This record gives sequence, structure tokens and C-alpha cells, in this order.
Amino acid sequence: MSTSPHPDTAGRRRFIAETARMACGVGMIGVGLGLYARHAAALPPAAIRPPGALPEEQFSSACIRCGLCVRDCPYDILHLAKPQDPMATGTPYFVARQAPCEMCETIPCIKACPTAALDHALKEINKAKMGLAVLVAQETCLNFLGLRCDICYRVCPVIDKAITLDPQTNVRTGHHTMFIPVVHSEHCTGCGKCEKSCPTEVAAIKVFPLYMAKGQLSAHYRLGWVEKEKAGGSLVAPDIEHRYHTPEGMRYEYGKGLSTVNPSEAASGAPAQGPTVKALKGDKL
Amino acid sequence: MSTLPRKIGAEAIAEKGWLAAHKWLILRRVSQLGILAVFLAGPLLGLWIVKGNLNYSYTLGVLPLADPYVLLQSMLSGMLPEVLAIAGAGIVVVFYMLVGGRAYCAWVCPVNLVADGASLIRRHLGLRGGAHLPRTTRYWMLAMTLTVTVLTGTLAWEMLNPVSMLHRGLIFGMGMGWVVIVAVFLFDLFVVERGWCGHVCPTGAFYSLIGRASMLRMHLPRRDACNNCMDCYAVCPEYQVIKPALKAVDGAPPVILDAQCVNCGRCIDVCSKDVFAFGTRFGLSRNAGAQSQQPIEDARGGVS
Repeated sequence: MSTSPHPDTAGRRRFIAETARMACGVGMIGVGLGLYARHAAALPPAAIRPPGALPEEQFSSACIRCGLCVRDCPYDILHLAKPQDPMATGTPYFVARQAPCEMCETIPCIKACPTAALDHALKEINKAKMGLAVLVAQETCLNFLGLRCDICYRVCPVIDKAITLDPQTNVRTGHHTMFIPVVHSEHCTGCGKCEKSCPTEVAAIKVFPLYMAKGQLSAHYRLGWVEKEKAGGSLVAPDIEHRYHTPEGMRYEYGKGLSTVNPSEAASGAPAQGPTVKALKGDKL
Repeated sequence: MSTLPRKIGAEAIAEKGWLAAHKWLILRRVSQLGILAVFLAGPLLGLWIVKGNLNYSYTLGVLPLADPYVLLQSMLSGMLPEVLAIAGAGIVVVFYMLVGGRAYCAWVCPVNLVADGASLIRRHLGLRGGAHLPRTTRYWMLAMTLTVTVLTGTLAWEMLNPVSMLHRGLIFGMGMGWVVIVAVFLFDLFVVERGWCGHVCPTGAFYSLIGRASMLRMHLPRRDACNNCMDCYAVCPEYQVIKPALKAVDGAPPVILDAQCVNCGRCIDVCSKDVFAFGTRFGLSRNAGAQSQQPIEDARGGVS
């Protein structure tokens, strides 16, 4: 094109050039922004969302970063993430070791939320799933060392359900009992009171976001004892009765050894309570 | 025009006095700082008139106000808000449909204080021009932020948005948010004149779309009295909106209809000839007064 272009053509060219420039320039910013947003999509381990928070991905899109939950928390435990925090800027969280959720019965933080970020259907604070407590440090947990600290168990708002103390033999001393704190995920609300109250320098029990703390069995796994209960009896064919090859006229019993068979007993055949019968009745073998 | 930077509004100050030549600027600062003060009264003084921030706030337990742009992003990423947030966004949309969408930029947004600060320093240092950036960039930014929201399923722009970052930061703690605000300030000061608010900000772009057909408009009831001092151009953050209405380009009426006008009223302040006044989209404002009826008819006559 050696001749000067028609004014319309020039205008169109300028328009196309400008459009391309904007689309590419702003598009690059968009790519950077998108990648940055994806990076900050996961919740750091120490940050726990308020009660009723949706799963992280939905939460970060439903939350409009207004801070109303922060304002209506009567214990001032919630913070809004600052730009340097490794999570979505302006979203609420608390750090259990600093200040745990006090489990208000009225759940004012959810009531204050203008969006679905905090699930308004949650009415009972004991049903909250903010996170899950995990006894991470068996080496430093005082109960594991054989002491009766029990603090995490005592402060738990869902005492005897979320944390129980399971007695186990202290093999070190040989004649003491260790009371092992065990967290039960179906009852733990993730409030973080256990972590806050743990008296060791670094908490032996910590609350983590559910996705970090909770394991899951493969879908095809079945618990034999549960299935057995559902079926009302053993699901496998009963084992055939075990027979010892003993010399004629002799029999073997565990713990007693060999003995001679009573002639009258020998005539009546097999003993009345053999393993087959037990299995058929659904008892443990 | 002299090469030395002339003090903008000097004539107006001489003519009307300092106070009258700064009336709208003072009112605007009172509005901006007043809104900030009401938000800060809670955390600083325990006086809870309003809770929250510009993204969503709840005043005296009755009035919800929500930023429709932020709420739109939330909805685009697949989440429906509760009734209060929808009501709050509705109130805000209707309000800015009436008073001009970008009145938010001039009268509410805290970043405007930063941008005006940069602008003031620019004027004092005699810094002019800078990199060229089309004013339409903001609409591209708006489209980009909404697209990224859809693609990532998260409020991506809210991680960087200087508007919510500054306001939320002042009320809830700034952290490293200062870096972004300083960046905006330096961008305005050295890179592009009126760069952030006038070229880039997608929030402003969104409000300009809301206010396209707004009622409250800048009138030029005495445009024929203009003595071409250029002070209004120098002081206007969106000076490109003035010319059509002032110079009757293509027979334009003496009303600024461009959606980029932020309704700040600084043109009224700096004009020694009282060319400008607030008015509605259709009629004349009361400010214009009876004595200005004549010039308007003159101006129209001149055009036709």
C-alpha cells in the first residue's frame, strides 16, 4: 500500500491497533491476576475460618470482604487477611493458638454475614466444622508422657464426645495407665480451645482446616464388623471346624493339652459348642 | 498560554473570594473524610454508627449498603448473596443512577484523596504529561476483572483492588496494603497524569456505566460568558468531558452528559465567570438562577 490510506481505513486501523493493544496489555495483567488468585486460593494451616464457612473455594468467592463477622464477634477473635498474608486478601480468619472460637450459642458472626460465605443454615454451634483438632505431637503431649494433664479434654466444649481419654497401659512403667486424648472428627467443631490451652511450649494438639486434617478411606473399603451388624450375621461362610489329628482315643484342648476321651463322650460325637455353631449364631470367632 | 504554571482559580478567588472559590472542594473533602470518620468511629471510639467497609456496610442496624461491582463479581463466581446484600446493592445502584455514577469517585472513594494529592504535587512541581494511556483502559480493566472472576471462580480483583484495600485497610488494618496505595500515588505522579482514577480503575468504570443516564449533571448556564481562561480544563480530572458542552461541539446542549464526569464541582469553584452549575439532566438548576436564563437562550441561539 504505497498510497495514503483512505481516512476511514486509517480510523479503522487505529481502532484495531488500539483494541489489540488494550486486549493484550490488560490481558497480561489479567493472566498475572488470575495466577496470583489461584496461588492464594488455599488456606494456610494456621488460619481457621469462622463457623459455618463454606469450603475454601466457594468461601473465597462468596465472601465480599466486608468484615461484618469481625465486627459482630463478641470476643474479637477474627481478623481480615492483609495483602501480605498467604490467603485471599480481606477474608476473615482466626488463629486458634492466639484466640480460639468461643462457640457463642447465637453464632453472631453468621448472622452478620450478608452473603452465603457463612452458612446461615447452621443454627447449632456444636455442629460447626471450622477445622479438626489433631494431636500432632505424641512425643511432647503430657498425657502421652504418662501425666494426667487432661487440659485439652477438660476445655473441650464438646467434652467426652470430641475428645475422649482412652486408657492404655504404660509399658514404660509397666503398672500405670496412660490416658490418651483421642479426637473424634464427627464431634470436633474445630474451635481451637484445645490448641489454645495446651500448656506445652508449642501446642501438642493443633486445629487444622478440614482438608488438611481429615483422612478418607477409599470408596470400596468396608468395615467388616459394621457390615456384619447390618447383615445380622457373618457375611462369609462359616469356617469348617478345625480338627486335630490326635491319636485314637485322645483329644487336644488349648491350654490343657492332650487327654484321653471319655468313652461315653466319644459315643455322643462332636462337642455341643463348636466354632461352626458359634459362627452360625453370629458370635465373634 | 504562558509556559509558567499559573495558579488555577486565581481569577475566581479574586472575583468571588477564597471560600466561594473552594466551596465544592471543601464540601467534597467533608464528604470523603466524613464518610471515613463515620467508619472509623466504631473501631477507634467505640461509636458504632456503621459497621463494615465500602464493600458492604450496615448502618445503625437498618441500612445495608453494598458495592454492586463487588457483589457482581461474587455472583459471577457462582455465589448468591443474602437478601441484605442484594438490597444494599440495589439502594446503591438506584442512588448513583440518580446522582451520577462517578459521584462515588469524587465524593466517597478514599483513593480520590491519594489521586488528588498526586495531582496537587504534579501541579506544584510543574510535572506535565506522561505515558499515553487511553481513557478506555478502565473498561478493558472492568471486562478483565469480571472475566478473571469467572475463569478462576474467586474474587481475584479483590486481592489487589486499591479502592477496597485502602478503605478496608484504614478500618481493619493496612498491613502491606500501603505498597499498593503508594504504587497508585507514584503512578499518578510520575507515569500517567490522573492515571488511576482517570484511566485504569474498574470501579470507576463500573459506576460510570451505572450513571450513564443519571439525573444530576453539570450545567453550563452561562457558557457564553466563558473567557477561555482554561482553569476548568486544568482542574478537571476528566477534562475531555468539558469541551462538547462548553464549546457547543456539534450543537451539544450546555449540559455535560459524558458518563466520565465525576460531579466533583471543581469547575464551578475555579470559574470566575460562573459558567458552571449543578442541575438535572433535563432542566436548569436552582443555582443557575433567573439571571442566567438569558445567556442560555443566547447560547442555544448561537448554535442553531
